Amino acid sequence: MVRYLMWRLLDAVPTILLVLTLVFVCMRILPGDPALAALGDNALPDQLAAFREKMGLNVPLWQQYLDFLGGVLTLDFGRSLMNNTSVLQLLVYNLPYTIELTIAAMVMGVVAGIPLGVLAATHRNRTADSGVRVFSLIGYAIPDFYLGALLLITFSLNLGWFPINGGGDGFVDRLHHIVLPALTLAFVKAAFLGRLTRTSLLEVFGKDYVRTARAKGASERRVIYRHGLRNALLPLSTGMGLSLLATLSGSVAIELVFNRPGIGKLLIGAITERDYAVIQGGVIVFALFVVLVNLLMDLVYIVVDPRIRVT
Amino acid sequence: MAAIIDTADIIAPAPNRLAILARIMLGRPATIFAALIILVFVAVAVLAPWIAPYNPLAQSILKINQTPSWAHWLGTDQFGRDVLSRMIYGSRNSLIFGLLSPVLAAIVGTTMGVVAGYFGGAVDRVISRLVDLLLAFPELLLAIIIAAALGGGFWNVVAVLTVAFVPGFARIARAQTLSVKQEPYIEAAVAVGVSTPVIIFRHIVPNIAAPIVVLVTLWVASAIRLEASLSFLGLGTQPPNPSWGNIIRDGLNNLFGSPWPIIGAGLAITCVVLAFNLFGDAVRDALDPETAS
Repeated sequence: MVRYLMWRLLDAVPTILLVLTLVFVCMRILPGDPALAALGDNALPDQLAAFREKMGLNVPLWQQYLDFLGGVLTLDFGRSLMNNTSVLQLLVYNLPYTIELTIAAMVMGVVAGIPLGVLAATHRNRTADSGVRVFSLIGYAIPDFYLGALLLITFSLNLGWFPINGGGDGFVDRLHHIVLPALTLAFVKAAFLGRLTRTSLLEVFGKDYVRTARAKGASERRVIYRHGLRNALLPLSTGMGLSLLATLSGSVAIELVFNRPGIGKLLIGAITERDYAVIQGGVIVFALFVVLVNLLMDLVYIVVDPRIRVT
Repeated sequence: MAAIIDTADIIAPAPNRLAILARIMLGRPATIFAALIILVFVAVAVLAPWIAPYNPLAQSILKINQTPSWAHWLGTDQFGRDVLSRMIYGSRNSLIFGLLSPVLAAIVGTTMGVVAGYFGGAVDRVISRLVDLLLAFPELLLAIIIAAALGGGFWNVVAVLTVAFVPGFARIARAQTLSVKQEPYIEAAVAVGVSTPVIIFRHIVPNIAAPIVVLVTLWVASAIRLEASLSFLGLGTQPPNPSWGNIIRDGLNNLFGSPWPIIGAGLAITCVVLAFNLFGDAVRDALDPETAS
């Protein structure tokens, strides 16, 4: 198992390198001249030259690539063009807000979604099942930013129960600020996890060992949780990993809707202002998140399914 | 070579396409409902210039933030533009991007997948590694990252949406090609000296088409959602051109003015995505009975 772990961790290194290379290619090569992209078509030639000098774009491409990798390794992402703050500082300030939103949404989604799936699977083709099915159809179709806007209009603007924008200060205030954004993301998540739980459970319920458990007189509760859910955990943990990544990408729009600080809002703001260094920093954070979550998913598999440890 | 193509006449005829369609349509009432919504949506998008009551870009300072009335069914926005007209024109963006990007992604992705699956070796390793990596990213995140580099504008959005969907197609096409490659008829074609391009286009592509078509129909809904999300984030359709996503964005910037743009445009996205989801499920069940639950 230790060997598997080491191998898996080592395997993440080339992946990270590949991701960084893709980011580099996207940022430096795709838009043509980054100086022109950052400063706009009306920039004067000496402004462009000064920008290239400042951003280290005058050296050959391979050296830019090495500088870029070196910068990432030493956590030096450069400075914002707008207010000259270091990009690292901006990221460090915004990251906790995105992480707390993602975790809150994830917890709410799992707490709502899995019981819904169990309910649907144990009441197959009855009213509860149809209800969960309709819920998940809507959850699959409704854009999260629309749902967020509706919640904002109803509960913040009209009822005044929750704050309209910001991330809050202090624990209680932050909790108060996070309810609606997290609820928005959790709704979509619960729809997805509910459907997945239902499908996985129904598949397990068809297995011989479930029939055996029932035959030997195990209580329905024990059959559902001990035999059913335990064996449905593998597809569920994959689903939760995917769902975690979806929450992360969903958080970008949600941070905008609720005007919350966070990496997504930082990134979108930087794109509108063509703040090149901040865009690059934000993109790297998201990309590394994806690699990290995938690594985490593989580790969870080992815990959930001991058979993987052997191979 | 002619002998190989002639075998098509001997084998059992493919199931009647009309029969398949009828089976999809009559299977469930929900599918008929979904098809009706899609028809209305397409009709509205195509006929936009004739049915929109106002010019979607015409501003009027005298009519800002009006609530719904007989003159303006969904009211007006902060620039006095008619919200319903903007939504009607916005449907064109959803339709174009919703259809164009999955089809383009299918072409590019299938090419990559077939090349990787058929030739194997180093080509396969490079393509597979790239596809695996891209698959790890949620489509929206991938789209945001690429849009961050490219910026907005019609063709950039087409490119962004296409790239976001390519990995899924490439993976399916590769897996299908690997299994079709083992079939005796491919071995026979190679043995009688049929050229590689002919093998790929005449024998492999038609045999892997069904799952690709299913994926295209399933992803129309995703593409419409993705375009709306990107436009909402300011990375898709650029204002003042209307798109359902940027109507909601404008609405949020004018939260104290009128909630109707948000409510109307969001409802439109939800209904159309729901309809395409239901329809895509039906197509999958009809064309690919094995995966039907």
